[in-house]
Amino acid sequence: MERKSPLFTVFVYASALLLAIVILAPVLWLFVMSISPAADLSAKPLRWWPQEVDFSRYAMLLSTAENSAGAAFVASLWNSLRIAGMATIAAIALAIPAGWAVSRTPQVGWSLSVVIATYMLPPVALSVPLYMGLAWLGLLNNIFGLALVYLTILAPFTTWLMKSGFDSIPREIESAAMIDGASLFQTLRIITLPLAAPVMATSALFALLLAWDEFFYALLFTSDLRAKTLTVAIADLAGGRVSDYGLIATAGVLAALPPVLIGLVMQRALISGLTSGGVKG
Amino acid sequence: MSGSWMTTRAWLLMLPLLVVMVSVIGWPLVDTVRLSFTDAKLVGTEGNFVGFDNYAKMLSGSNFQRTLVTTTWFAVISVAAEMVLGVLAALLLNQQFRGRTLLRALMILPWALPTVVNATLWRLIYNPEYGALNAALTQIGLLDAYRSWLGEPNTALAALIVADCWKNFPLVALIALAALQAVPRDITAASMVDGAGPLARFRFVILPYLVGPLLVALVLRTIEAFKVFDIIWVMTRGGPANSTRTLSILVYQEAFSFQRAGSGASLALIVTLLVTVLAVAYAALVRKAAGSTA
Repeated sequence: MERKSPLFTVFVYASALLLAIVILAPVLWLFVMSISPAADLSAKPLRWWPQEVDFSRYAMLLSTAENSAGAAFVASLWNSLRIAGMATIAAIALAIPAGWAVSRTPQVGWSLSVVIATYMLPPVALSVPLYMGLAWLGLLNNIFGLALVYLTILAPFTTWLMKSGFDSIPREIESAAMIDGASLFQTLRIITLPLAAPVMATSALFALLLAWDEFFYALLFTSDLRAKTLTVAIADLAGGRVSDYGLIATAGVLAALPPVLIGLVMQRALISGLTSGGVKG
Repeated sequence: MSGSWMTTRAWLLMLPLLVVMVSVIGWPLVDTVRLSFTDAKLVGTEGNFVGFDNYAKMLSGSNFQRTLVTTTWFAVISVAAEMVLGVLAALLLNQQFRGRTLLRALMILPWALPTVVNATLWRLIYNPEYGALNAALTQIGLLDAYRSWLGEPNTALAALIVADCWKNFPLVALIALAALQAVPRDITAASMVDGAGPLARFRFVILPYLVGPLLVALVLRTIEAFKVFDIIWVMTRGGPANSTRTLSILVYQEAFSFQRAGSGASLALIVTLLVTVLAVAYAALVRKAAGSTA
């Protein structure tokens, strides 16, 4: 082992402290704003810690009383959950057969490459016809319409993840089951899918995160509480005439909570996903 | 089982995905091309064929040129800063120190924060009257009077870039860290025995392991930055005085605010072409780098 000089150790700890502050300070400030009384947030000099901790905004946003700020927030939260859920289930349902087919039959792999290449298309390149198409189908401002559009983002991504997942399951296990007389469908159901369950879970969580985060299509294709998602609701709050900044911060904390928890729980899968993406391109 | 049956079966299994992809990506893309040659409005008129008029008008307009410059600045500076900060953070996280695991876990936070929440958070921090940045800078004496960071054309873009970097450099750091951990310990040890200093060690021993993954991160981040919409829309809507208007914002305004679907579509395709050129150029670069380090 290399012997480090004490000066170097001090430098490492100072840098680590700086990095921790850079990462944590904005997030902590968002939380502090959400629990500070409005007067503290508009005080000069600014109060960095509330005189009295005030959680009332959380109750306000999560209440469902008619015509309250809470009713609008809860409605958009519910829309986001349903849209992300539907789009994720649909994406996984498309990704399983397609990912398996590409994994076992490389001859058709080029079609997946084409699908994945569309991933870099700017959404603006699809937005105008999608708008017109949804209008024609009567699916503007509709959660099914938005979930359908989200497949443009989720399906290529989940298929690629599922394909790498199936790649790591030896095909000999499948042939053994087939020799024993199992049909293709039985083999997949009894042998392959249970082995692929962890990849399926990872893909589904990634898909949920992507859908939860989406803003551009939601801004274009939804207009009121029937379909507006959480991201649009928060952008409305941030750009509107809300005088209590703490309320905006509270909405932000609530919207960030699910993805942050998912992110912390699946750190390991996340990092290995990133690096395998890095290696395989 | 014969090969052709296997292939047919594979196509059948892929059919649902392909049908959906053709209807939500393929058809809209083709229709965008068609629309770009018409003067169609978003709602109502079908529009007439106008040839390359939209392209000529958009490419020669000062809006497009100015927006292209703004987008390029945003992409180049934010991605460059993310790469440098990401690699520095990764080098740090690759050292032994107490709390390293915790710090590495914290790096997930900015990445996991939804883009819109990140934009909202920074918009609050930059607030001209009550923002934390003004308060902090005046309280430590670096600033005499509160400033409107997002309201002045000469600071707005920089403020946006800071917010974007904060969210995205941890991702680069995690990718770089994973690459660093693949560097065999005995090689670094051997290079030290051979008398390589820290800089030489970074350049000749560590960097070759980093190049591949970092190039991929660079490609993906550059393409993302070129397409940027969300963070700008929430923080400035392209203002003040259009100083932060990027290509995606311009397309949005043309096609949706002004409802000019035809010229909006032509602009969208110009953006698509630029992104494609970037992607192809980078793909070649990545292949070359992979060839030289392997």
